[in-house]
Amino acid sequence: MIRSEILREIAPILRDHLVVCNIGLPSQELHMIDDQPTNFYMLGTMGLSSSIGLGLALSQPKTVISIDGDGSVLTNLGTLPTIANNVADNYILLIIDNGSYGSTGDQPTYAGKKTKLENVAAACGCENVVTCKAEDTGTVLQAAIDSKKMTIIVCKCESGNIKLPVITKDPVVIKDRFMKAVQA
Amino acid sequence: MNIDKKITDDLVANDVSFVTTVPCKQLAGVIEEIDARDEIFHIPSNKEDEGMGLCAGAHMGGKRPAIIMQNTAIGVTINTLATLIQYYRMPLPMLISYRGELREPVACQVEMAVHTKALLAQMNIPTYHFHHQSDVEELDAILKYTFMCNKPVAILTDANFWGGYGDQ
Repeated sequence: MIRSEILREIAPILRDHLVVCNIGLPSQELHMIDDQPTNFYMLGTMGLSSSIGLGLALSQPKTVISIDGDGSVLTNLGTLPTIANNVADNYILLIIDNGSYGSTGDQPTYAGKKTKLENVAAACGCENVVTCKAEDTGTVLQAAIDSKKMTIIVCKCESGNIKLPVITKDPVVIKDRFMKAVQA
Repeated sequence: MNIDKKITDDLVANDVSFVTTVPCKQLAGVIEEIDARDEIFHIPSNKEDEGMGLCAGAHMGGKRPAIIMQNTAIGVTINTLATLIQYYRMPLPMLISYRGELREPVACQVEMAVHTKALLAQMNIPTYHFHHQSDVEELDAILKYTFMCNKPVAILTDANFWGGYGDQ
């Protein structure tokens, strides 16, 4: 399975929660598959999906799912100690780990080589780190939501992209709609 | 006047309840004061762009955030300021230790100091420079201005403002 197939499969789960979605193809895919007011699409700033999601989870009670990639987590590796040391039990970091920088032409990341992000997360002090196959993402994600414990999911999948349009929504519109959904 | 307490009081009075910090020697006192306050959730970050991501999330969660950092961080956060904080119109007071100014003992700090105001001006970021202790009186108005206009706003605080570097 590739990332877009995973997003399509977990969309019915994501729909009921606040989602912060990574820059580039992940946001474009989620936007095309199931655009919701509860989705915050990152249009820039690679690497900060996990940080934005953590800040959001620490500031209000609803469940927040940050969808991130292995390349983006590597860009902002300092996020993992911050997450580990500031536990928000309404926070789930879903790392879709395809071992490549998908949005830029599938160049390999170090996570696709020797580096195991699940081990990095555990070494940083994250207490609930779950590794899963792409096919099991929905089950694992639902279990993490139900557990009401902060969870880091590293979902291993194949590299690959689908053709799709960029998001043309204005960023202020995306934010305003999202903030109203947060407050609803 | 205790500057650290005054700054923290102004943050609290303006309902700033989520503060991320990357330390600087000059900021040690204010960071300690913020950490001690029940009204403020203090979350240290490992890098300033990460901190701005945390603040963006807090803002969307309904909290008023602030970041406390050194001016060298302007070099780290230009992209985040442009494509996250400014692009999505988010308010962000940035209390910045302005290293490399008068009474600076470390030569290398001057290398970023000479770029600091130019970079902030290039980014169209409203910028205030606290040089004398009494300048802190404007902080309350600056915070109100920041949350009125939904922009990142820089408050540069130099060594003279903090009373020098002591023994260094």
